[in-house]
Amino acid sequence: MIRLIRSSRIGIIVAAAGLLIMGCGISRGEMLVVFEKAVNICMECVGIG
Amino acid sequence: MDRRNKDRQTGAAGKRRRMIQVLWAFLTNSYLVGFVQGKIYRGKLKNLCVPGLNCYSCPGAVGSCPIGAMQAVIGSWNFKFAFYAAGFLMFIGALMGRFVCGWLCPFGLIQDLLYKIPFLRKINTFKGDKLLRKLKYVILLVFVILLPMFLVDVLGQGLPYFCKFICPAGTLEGGILLVLFNESMRGALGWLYAWKSVLLAVTILLSVVIYRPFCKYICPLGAVYSVFNPIAVFRYRIDKEKCTGCGACARVCKMQVDPAKNVNHAECIRCGACKDACPVKVIY
Repeated sequence: MIRLIRSSRIGIIVAAAGLLIMGCGISRGEMLVVFEKAVNICMECVGIG
Repeated sequence: MDRRNKDRQTGAAGKRRRMIQVLWAFLTNSYLVGFVQGKIYRGKLKNLCVPGLNCYSCPGAVGSCPIGAMQAVIGSWNFKFAFYAAGFLMFIGALMGRFVCGWLCPFGLIQDLLYKIPFLRKINTFKGDKLLRKLKYVILLVFVILLPMFLVDVLGQGLPYFCKFICPAGTLEGGILLVLFNESMRGALGWLYAWKSVLLAVTILLSVVIYRPFCKYICPLGAVYSVFNPIAVFRYRIDKEKCTGCGACARVCKMQVDPAKNVNHAECIRCGACKDACPVKVIY
């Protein structure tokens, strides 16, 4: 496990940065935009409009 | 190596992977009522993205497609960059890279199954194959980021251009079923549905002949994850001192990667076939 962590330092740092960026997006209210899009049928996605 | 030998060598790893692919596809599309009624899930789980390409308009989908989510936020009038979706992709990518493509993507599973259909001559590679694989990065940049960001209406809203004009997953997972069950939607069909149906038909036919053509050449999600392949926490390692250079790993790779040269190549989807085929077990 320690070997895995040592050999994956960059990956762990980037993953942590990803979490931070995600948190930044959530705090801006982006999740609501995603939710509103996802709970209605996306006409573009299915090929209607 | 003939195809039968290739399949035999990938057997053990393949079965375990297939089981997880099916289980994950079921878990992320477990709103079974939707398939019967032709409606989509509208619960709170849709706030969350799933790692694979899984259209949120699929009647069974309980989560959101990260590529769709990214375009929805970039194209909205009040945001110009999607930190939530980008951070999610960064997090998942840094943890497992294209492992998602090989194990957790429902559209990848569909292509895997289509490739199992016997065909006279399967195509492994062709002239221009390597160049064509760069197309997915262009699609990511142009259709997922730049067009929704800059080609906007008077309110500043951009369309999900990739979903609308390119992605066949939405037509397959959502379009066909919803149109079958919903009469008013049937009345609204037009040139776009025809275009997307053609794209879907081409993708299906090509998937019988070429292994995962959508993943290799088109998928922007695979393009994002591929960037993280070399640094991902859960990536492949190879003991180069013990490697005999027999080439067994390269011969079984359906993505045409040579793991002995680069075990974390951008095209590697971590299917595990090379690990299984290695006679001295130096890939781990």
